[in-house]
Amino acid sequence: MIIFTVLSVIFIVGGLFFFTTATIGLLRFPDFYTRLHATGKGDTLAVFLSLIGIAIYEGITLTGLKILLIALFMFLAQPTATHAISRAGIRSGYKHWTRKDGTK
Amino acid sequence: MNVFFLSVGLILCILVLLVLYRVVFGPGVYNRIAAISAVGTKTLIILLIMGYLYDRVDMFIDISMVYAFLNFIGCVAAAKYLESEKWMP
Repeated sequence: MIIFTVLSVIFIVGGLFFFTTATIGLLRFPDFYTRLHATGKGDTLAVFLSLIGIAIYEGITLTGLKILLIALFMFLAQPTATHAISRAGIRSGYKHWTRKDGTK
Repeated sequence: MNVFFLSVGLILCILVLLVLYRVVFGPGVYNRIAAISAVGTKTLIILLIMGYLYDRVDMFIDISMVYAFLNFIGCVAAAKYLESEKWMP
């Protein structure tokens, strides 16, 4: 039984690592589109790992099944939301960052 | 195990505070939306961990499930709205 606890700790720590990288990416990247790279992908993977870790700790119960449902939903929904936001940025003429000006 | 969950929750709260910087000082509307969706995914995990700390997992599971759905719908609705406007950052 101890193996499940160790496994869930590993997954949750992995999720935490990707949360920190996504946050660092969100703060340090120069432009909106590059920030979406970090949060879009980093957060999706972090949520997925954390939820899998919690589901392992929960075990085979209805609650564990619900956690996996949330993980599946977030795995589908987060990229869609990121796509919608970036498309809104492009459609309304938000210029992307280029090395020449280096502003924004 | 409770101490581990508590520390993970605290670290996530610190990360949310860092992301809040981008929400407040984000140069434009779009940076703020990206930051708010990032905050949303973090609070989802914090909610689940609170469920384990308070030993009421059944209640907090439903809360976090609703929160995940609302966060997604909120982002798409905001994107849909901003698509029509000519927002300059």
